[in-house]
Amino acid sequence: MSEVDHSGALLEVEDLRVEFRTRDGVASVLNGVSYHVAAGETLAVLGESGSGKSVTAQAVMGILDTPPAFVTGGAVRFHGEDLLRATPERRRVLRGSGLAMIFQDALSALNPVFTVGFQIEEQLRVRLGASRRDARQRAIELLDLVRIPGAKQRVREYPHQFSGGMRQRAMIAMSLALDPELLIADEPTTALDVTVQAQIMDLLAEIQAERNTGLVLITHDLGVVAEVADRIAVVYAGRVVEHADARDLFRSPGHPYTAALLESLPRLDQRGSALHTIRGLPPSLLAVPPGCPFHPRCPRARDVCRTEVPAQVALGSGRVSACHFAEEVVSGG
Amino acid sequence: MGRYVLRRLLQMIPVFLGTTFLIYVLVWAVPGDPFAGKCGERDCPDSYVSAMREEFNLDDPVVVQYGEYLLNLVRGDFGRTSSGVEVSDRIVETFPVTLRLALVALVVEAVIGITAGVVSGLRNRGFLDSLVLVSTLFLISIPVFVTGYVVQLVFGLQLGWISPTVSTPTFGGLIVPGLVLASLSMAYVARLSRASISENRRADYVRTALAKGLPQSRIVGVHVLRNSLIPVITFLGTDLGAFMGGAIVTEGIFNVPGIGGLVFRSVQTKEGAMVTGLVTVLVLVYLVMTLVVDLLCAVLDPRIRYE
Amino acid sequence: MSDPSAAAAGAALGADARVTAAEGGPERQDRPRGLFGDAWRELRARPLFWISVSLISLVLLLAAFPALFTSADPAFGDLGRSREAPSADAWFGYDNQGYDVYARVVHGTRASIVVGVLATLGTVLIGSVLGILAGFHGGWPDAVVSRVADVLVGVPFVLGAIVVLSTLNAAGSASATRIVAQVVLSIALLSWPVAMRIMRSAAVAAKQQDYVKAARALGASPRRVILRHLLPNCLAPVLVYSTIALGAFIGVEATLSYLGIGLRQPVVSWGVMINGAKDYIRVAPHALLFPAGFLTVTVLAFVMLGDAVREALDPKLR
Repeated sequence: MSEVDHSGALLEVEDLRVEFRTRDGVASVLNGVSYHVAAGETLAVLGESGSGKSVTAQAVMGILDTPPAFVTGGAVRFHGEDLLRATPERRRVLRGSGLAMIFQDALSALNPVFTVGFQIEEQLRVRLGASRRDARQRAIELLDLVRIPGAKQRVREYPHQFSGGMRQRAMIAMSLALDPELLIADEPTTALDVTVQAQIMDLLAEIQAERNTGLVLITHDLGVVAEVADRIAVVYAGRVVEHADARDLFRSPGHPYTAALLESLPRLDQRGSALHTIRGLPPSLLAVPPGCPFHPRCPRARDVCRTEVPAQVALGSGRVSACHFAEEVVSGG
Repeated sequence: MGRYVLRRLLQMIPVFLGTTFLIYVLVWAVPGDPFAGKCGERDCPDSYVSAMREEFNLDDPVVVQYGEYLLNLVRGDFGRTSSGVEVSDRIVETFPVTLRLALVALVVEAVIGITAGVVSGLRNRGFLDSLVLVSTLFLISIPVFVTGYVVQLVFGLQLGWISPTVSTPTFGGLIVPGLVLASLSMAYVARLSRASISENRRADYVRTALAKGLPQSRIVGVHVLRNSLIPVITFLGTDLGAFMGGAIVTEGIFNVPGIGGLVFRSVQTKEGAMVTGLVTVLVLVYLVMTLVVDLLCAVLDPRIRYE
Repeated sequence: MSDPSAAAAGAALGADARVTAAEGGPERQDRPRGLFGDAWRELRARPLFWISVSLISLVLLLAAFPALFTSADPAFGDLGRSREAPSADAWFGYDNQGYDVYARVVHGTRASIVVGVLATLGTVLIGSVLGILAGFHGGWPDAVVSRVADVLVGVPFVLGAIVVLSTLNAAGSASATRIVAQVVLSIALLSWPVAMRIMRSAAVAAKQQDYVKAARALGASPRRVILRHLLPNCLAPVLVYSTIALGAFIGVEATLSYLGIGLRQPVVSWGVMINGAKDYIRVAPHALLFPAGFLTVTVLAFVMLGDAVREALDPKLR
């Protein structure tokens, strides 16, 4: 375990463990996820679907579906306060005002039978006791802020009357209503067209810079990560396998999985050659391989990888990697 | 919204015409002399029969007869029975009683059904959930007339808690028959609301509402309930008409002087004008309720409104 | 039929018949079981399913071999023992006419079950054929069928049945077969729109599926598309509906007979018995309660079966 002090961090997730208890057995979805993010910083959580990125976010927010999901260990510290030990009421109060979340599919994440305005206003009215008129005024300001044209009229419209990009903007406006210190964006652009994706990412970056919020950006898109992330946590089979500064990580990956991900990116200077792929499939969470979970797909796998779970190896400048041969990997050996 | 209402109104016309025509044909096309037995033991005098045939246009083709009937209906004339009683008078006497009974049943159905459904839908697989599931299973399986007799026998005759028959058909006096009439649909409403609630409880927008830090009571009471009630209201609305048409059995058991008994006697004595008149009124109730339901749903669900 | 396995699936409404059909084809040995295979495994694990199956088997046995359960003659009435309470001699007592209530309850099972089964078959066959054709073709056949269904749904059920049955009954005295046929006919006539709507929406939904579009684009004949692709997809909802409808129709038969327009002498059914007993409820409640109890338990068994089948077939509910 790295003993680095993150007391200045806004959010610190330490060794978070979550399991799903289903009729087919118990699946360990998170097997010790750790990351931290400071005010004004963007942390990208990178991983394939099913790796546990979204579950981490939901556990941090305290909105896991229990059952089947149960938090079985670890800590989630917000300003040093362990949320997993806080009362449900305290957690509820922090949701929206301390930590807010932006969901992937705004069409299903917004309630279809209420106007967009109503859904923004209700937080202000329920949480801050704002009057109907003040709340409406603030909702229009928020829609203006996320650059929805004609906010005054659109505040009265329903989610299905918005286009995909506009809906995601409205979703962002909603998450900003209570001025949260930390935003968690769960694949905010996955459901959108490529051109709209860039606009939404720009908007998020701008808002973050203006308000000095922390941003946890959950994504499987390396391109998005490269553009906006300060630091990156790579998640594989419910574990953080590498946690590093974005620049360091792209320059020399510290884990074979990260290396494989980077290699699988198409590159302009290698036109004509076949694309790299990672052989094999991500493991089933009902049967995670013993030892390092990545070993069946790892080109460097040796005997020790099949039996021993690798510890987090510190590689300097706050960088950690969960690989038996981390130093070898990072030096490109 | 205006165009939506207009479209729905226009769609109702063929249903109204079709339903009333169907009943008209069935009633008047009964094989045998419609006036047999109308004059006591003797055959009816020819003058009476011909006057009656004239009155009901029985010598015209059935479509023309129906057209005549419809025209009179539009003028507010429901016609007369073979003994000269105005059909509309009898309807005015009995209709309010059955309407009251159906309304009592509707309120019972909505209040008990939705409450039971919501409670069990929110507590998946707990004691209350099982209780609701088992009791609805029984309610669905017991035919209404069995429920009626058992209630009458046990609470009316043996325990003496209620009067076994209805003496005055006021809202209060109709509570027990209303409960019996509603019992079956109440179970369906409970199951429908339960399924609807437990489906909506897992919807993505509920997670959003949670992430916004809204209190649980508001998430359930505002977000989940509004979405869950749409199918339930559709069911409830069309039930008022079904209650009025299905009240025959309940009214018979509890001796309620409503349209049920009147319809039954009229069918048995082949009073065609009375039967068609009553069915027409019931179909109108059904159609009006369908419209009300559609409008309510459009209010509750903007996606329908803007289609 | 050009395709034997699709035809078998269409003819057999039973879930296990469909499983055997799916497993029977040699080329499908290694495929995972489909919806119906999963449903069967799910069903086997449910106590509710086995309770309802045992109850239904018992009722079917009563209907098929009433003589196994009673030696008393249901048609022998002795006014001397009129309205006698239950005793060791006659477990359920005697009714107003001095008939043995137990013997009549046992012998009344057959009529109730026959009406229920035939009415369900009629309703489901008419409804499914019209529904799948309307859903597949769309256009004017769809419009006509749907409007006719709207009209029939607009008539309150009991009221409609009373009018239809009074019209049919007008001929005067009739044979037992004819009485049963009339009741079956009037139930099916008023109920098929429900089955039609279920089948139609399932067919419309299946028609939108890409693989059905692909089959049509590849030039499959309408008959093949309907039998091979639409029917298997529409089977589950109709199967659930028929199980529940079967129970409901047994209740409807009893209601109509109770009103005096459904089954009647010489036919014996639970509804006929309740109709005969209702005027003496104060002095001889047993004559009403025993047939009512049998009726309720039978309907309950079918509703439970329908519940179990629906939950097994609907993956969302698992």
